[in-house]
Order: sequence, then structure tokens, then C-alpha cells
Amino acid sequence: MSSMRMDQVDEVKQKTKTMTMIQAINDGLRTMLTEDEAVLLLGEDIGKNGGVFRATEGLYEQFGEDRVIDTPLSESGIIGTSVGLAVNGYKPVAEIQFLGFIYPAYDQIMTHVSRLRMKTMGHYSVPMVIRAPYGAGIHAPEIHSDSAEALFTHMPGLKVVCPSHPFDAKGLLIAAIESEDPILFLEPMRSYRSTRGNVPVGTYTIEIGKGNIIQEGTDISLIAWGAMIPIVEKAAAQAEQKGIRCEIIDLRTLYPLDRDLIAQSVQKTGRAVIVHEAQGTGGLGTDLISIINDTSFLYLRAPIERVTGFDVPVPFFALEHHYVPTEKRVLDSIEKAISF
Amino acid sequence: MDKKFPIKQIMDGKGNVLDSSYDSQLDEQLLLRMYRHMFRIRTFDRKAIHLQRQGRIGTYPPFEGQEASQVGSALALEDGDWMFPTYRDHGATLTFGANMVRTLLYWNGRVEGCVPPAGKHIFPAAVPIATQIPHAVGASWAEKKKGTDRVAIAYFGDGATSEGDFHEGLNFASVFQTPTIFFNQNNGYAISVPIERQMNSETIAQKGIAYGMRSVRVDGNDCLIVYFETKKAVHLARKGKGPTLIEAVTWRKGAHTTADDPTKYRTENQGKRFIDPLLRLEHLMKKRDCWDEQTIQNIHTECHDEVEAAVKQMEKYPAAKVDDLFDYLYADLPRQLIEQKEAYVESLRGSLHE
Repeated sequence: MSSMRMDQVDEVKQKTKTMTMIQAINDGLRTMLTEDEAVLLLGEDIGKNGGVFRATEGLYEQFGEDRVIDTPLSESGIIGTSVGLAVNGYKPVAEIQFLGFIYPAYDQIMTHVSRLRMKTMGHYSVPMVIRAPYGAGIHAPEIHSDSAEALFTHMPGLKVVCPSHPFDAKGLLIAAIESEDPILFLEPMRSYRSTRGNVPVGTYTIEIGKGNIIQEGTDISLIAWGAMIPIVEKAAAQAEQKGIRCEIIDLRTLYPLDRDLIAQSVQKTGRAVIVHEAQGTGGLGTDLISIINDTSFLYLRAPIERVTGFDVPVPFFALEHHYVPTEKRVLDSIEKAISF
Repeated sequence: MDKKFPIKQIMDGKGNVLDSSYDSQLDEQLLLRMYRHMFRIRTFDRKAIHLQRQGRIGTYPPFEGQEASQVGSALALEDGDWMFPTYRDHGATLTFGANMVRTLLYWNGRVEGCVPPAGKHIFPAAVPIATQIPHAVGASWAEKKKGTDRVAIAYFGDGATSEGDFHEGLNFASVFQTPTIFFNQNNGYAISVPIERQMNSETIAQKGIAYGMRSVRVDGNDCLIVYFETKKAVHLARKGKGPTLIEAVTWRKGAHTTADDPTKYRTENQGKRFIDPLLRLEHLMKKRDCWDEQTIQNIHTECHDEVEAAVKQMEKYPAAKVDDLFDYLYADLPRQLIEQKEAYVESLRGSLHE
């Protein structure tokens, strides 16, 4: 169902293999290390250990320590040196072990990664990818469960990508590595092993900036991404039993947003529920509402609903099930919009 | 640098005293106290791993092998001093007086685990790396400003020395001559990354030179040298002589956490030169004739009973409350949060009635 760039891949002819998301990411990294000598992987425990989630398993053995680089424990150092590598001929793919540990590198990303191109009038660009697992729901210790995408969608000069399925994960990752612009690639750690699907074994890309309608429907548009997609799908299935036909948009890219796709869907259904696990205030949901407001105000038949985390830090895991949006909360919002 | 910062020891691996100048200070009371604490925290640590395996707590980072470093340093402090631990320093916090039930609650995903007992200055475990180091500088700086003789100790690992916060913290401490003890446990590995990849310096202690700071390197499996060197650093800090960096060379026997598989990155033999810190103290106590089987047996029984009782209490602890998501976030809870909380609590009530 996912859209592909047909100039780059022939869906019919490519052999596929069933993969989990973590395998698809591993395969995408292996593909790009093979195809492009400029690609380097940097991060903590990505070499010998193969990554704490095994995203880089086997790559150190295959490509060697000069290309799959275990760095000192220094997020700012990883991102800062990646800037230098990127402006000088390499394509660094930096792993931040958990998104909640990216904050020491925030300075580098905010003040240099995202704006170097602008301030040198295109003379220097920073073709780097920052991969980071994000999100709650796996009973991880504190700080390991943050969903801080809005801190980065707010950052001009950076693109933010977040797949929900293995197929999208590989295609978006390759597109991200090929991109000349810096990209934050968010990986829903809860879906690493729980999602599985057919993934082409070769090279293909999914266009950055394009969302995907993963389920067509006429009554209401559900807009989500990453780890919230399986929850939204379940809520939609329940709504279906009550006669409500949901359309589900998987945004896939969080910046730039696929304005046309959102408008087209909401103009058809007249209703929308936005679901994200990050805190509501300043979250991406507010931008989505703004897009709908700008493009589709006169089509709306109900106020737009948002289901988000509360305006609190992601809690320690004993309470995380109260924080992360649930199927029930999504279903309640669907029904509220329908019965408005 | 290895020569400039030799690894100081008081006892060797067989329990012989190498530096007789300490002889008079090695009384039975002290040795028993050290042994009791080391055995206690090891019992806790092993139990915690067991609980994780049974799904009774979450991911847990074991510290077995580092007991001498944690107990020796914590025993050198006094009530009123400040402790800034990492997630692997529950041995130190328990020795310093942290509550065992709450420590277990922490690893069961409960914020209650971050609350220190009344009168104890124990910070929540730092989960990001090195962030606690400047905090310790600030807290001890405050003590200096207030004119007390209290000190702060910051615990951190070898990996933390690669983070900016480590360098910034040391520099502040040095500039403002704060009464801070920077207690490094160099256990050889930051998850999978060995010390040789973490730094191109021969020692961590030498990093103190750059900041004009007194630094020492000790055998982190020798509880005695850890204790006496930390005591010396604390004494100097209390006297207004500024901070000390202590590098305790030790070995993490187990995995980084219960989610980690160390066979991926190191061999069984690698840690062999590190003799178990409890065993070393046992040898010494036997040589000094202060190893009474009955006393030791009693210590073992007491520690096991204490840990088992703490586990029971942790498991009987009242369930986490939804209100706790919101109630402590601000002194003055904003209206929108009150509304979010009320709406959510109301929706839970609704679903209970369904």
C-alpha cells in the first residue's frame, strides 16, 4: 500500500523478504554502506556490540571499524564531529542510543547542523542522518522513553522522518542517507520487533515529505505516525464495528508535513483525530490543526480532536500506560467527533 | 602517566597489608563494618537481577565487582554530606543510608525511588551520563558559601569522562575551589566500549592535572584504600582545600544492564586480574584474626533477611497513583494541567462503570 518512487524501484520485479523494523533498518544501513563509500556509521555501542537494539548487527564485521565506528560516550561529540565529516566528503549516519539522550547534542543540531547551509549560502551543506529510537511502552528506565520530535520539527533547516512499518523504514532511511539535507530519523522502539512486513532486498526510496493513506475511509481522518500507528489501527477497527469508516494517514515525515494529503483527506471526511504520544502543548498536533484550519476550515463537520500525552514528563514506567495514548482514548475521540 | 598516578593499594589480592603505616587503623570494627556493607549490597544486587529475570522489576544495572569502590567511598562520608549517584551506584546510596524498599521501587518504575530519607542528601540516580557532576559542584559550592564543612561526592564511570559535563564540572570546582569529591569508578567498559576506545589517556586521574586539581588513582577493589583516600579527600575539602578527583580502578563483573549481553564484546578472561573485593577483605580479615565464622554467618543471615523483607515490602507497596503524574510537577500547578488530570481521572471512572 505504501507509495514508492517508481523511477527508483519496480515493486513487481524486486525480490522481497519478510523483516521486522529493526531488520529493515539494518538492511537499509547495509545497503547504503555497500553502495556509497562515503557513508559512515557513528555511535555508542554500534560496532562490536551491534547496537543496543541490534540495529547495526553484523555491520562492524562486514565493513570494519573505519566505517562502523564505536565512538566515545559523547552525544555532542558524535554530532559535532559528524558536521565536520559531512562538510568534508562523508555521509555520517549517527546513532543516538535513545532520543532522550540527544539533549547534550541539541546545541550542535540547533546552532550548526540545521543552519550551516543557510548561513554559508549553500556553500556548506550537512548531509547527515541522526538515527534515534524514541517513545514509551517497553518499560524502559527513565529518560529512555521520550518522544521529543516537536523540539526538532521546530528547528528550521532540519527534516524529521518517522516510519511505522519495516517497508517505510528502509525506504525512508535510504532516502535520508541520500539526501543532502540533515535528517533526524526517529525509530519507534516499541515497533522494532512487533512490526513485520515484506521489504525489497535492494535499493528503493520513499520520498521524504510524503505521507501515506494506509487505510481509506469516508467518515473521519486519523492522523498519526510511528509507534501510534498500530494503536490507531486498532481503534479504527473498533470504530468500524460501530459503523464508522476511518481513514488513516501515516505521516511518515514530520517536517515538512504533507499538507496536500492532509487537506485532501480531511476535505473528504470532514473530521479529524490527531494522535501523538508527545506532550500536547507545543506538540506537532497544533501544526496539523493549523494546516487543517488553513486548508479545510469550511469542510469541517466537527472540531478537530487531539489525543496526546499529557503536559508532563514521560513518566517512570509504572505509570506509562496512563501517559501513552490508548486505543480507548482514540476511540473515545473518534466517537466524540462523529457525534458532534 | 601510569607512573605519575600509580594504583595505590593497602592490601594485595591475598589480603596482605602492603602499607604498614595503615596497620594501626585497621581495627576489627572497621573491617567488619566494611564486610557487612559489601555483603549487604551484593545480596541486594544479586536479588535485583533475580527479580528482573522473574519480571518482578524492570531493567536493572548490576554493580557486582564494584562493592569496594562504592562501600569504601560511601563510608568516608558523614551525615549532612551530599551524594550524587549514577544508576549503577545503589551500593553507595544504600551504604550511605538510602532506603532499600525505595531503591527497589525505583527499578520497578516508581518515582518514589528517587525520594531520599529525611535528613539524607541523596540525589536521584543520574540516568543521562555525567549530568550529576556539575550538580555536585553546585551543592558543595552552596555549602562553602554557607560556611559549613559539608562536602559533596559525585559518582561517575569511565564513559562519563567523555561528556562535556564532566569537564565543565571539574573546571567549576577548580575555579571556585568547591568541596567536591569526584569519584570515578573506572570499570573498564562503557557498555561495550573499552577504556582504550573511550580515551587516549593512560589514566583518568591525570585529567585532574588539566584542571589544577589534586587527583589520585586507587585500586577500586581494595575497600581500604578507597576508604582512606576518600576520607583524605573529604578531610581536605572540609578544610577548604578544594576538590579531589579519585579514579578507582575496578571491574564490572556482570552485564551493563539485564538487557545487555557482555559476551558480545568481551571475553570471560578479561576481568580475571581483578580479585573479588569481598574475597580480598575476607583474606585480610582471616590473616588478622578477625574472621569469626559465627559473626560472619550472622551478617549473612541478617543481610538476606533484610533484602527479602525489602522485596516483600516493595511488592506490597500501594499501587502508583495517576495523580502522581501531575501533582508534583509544579509548586503551583497550572490550570491546564489540573484540567488534564481531572478529565483523565473522570474518563477512568467512566471506564470502570462500563
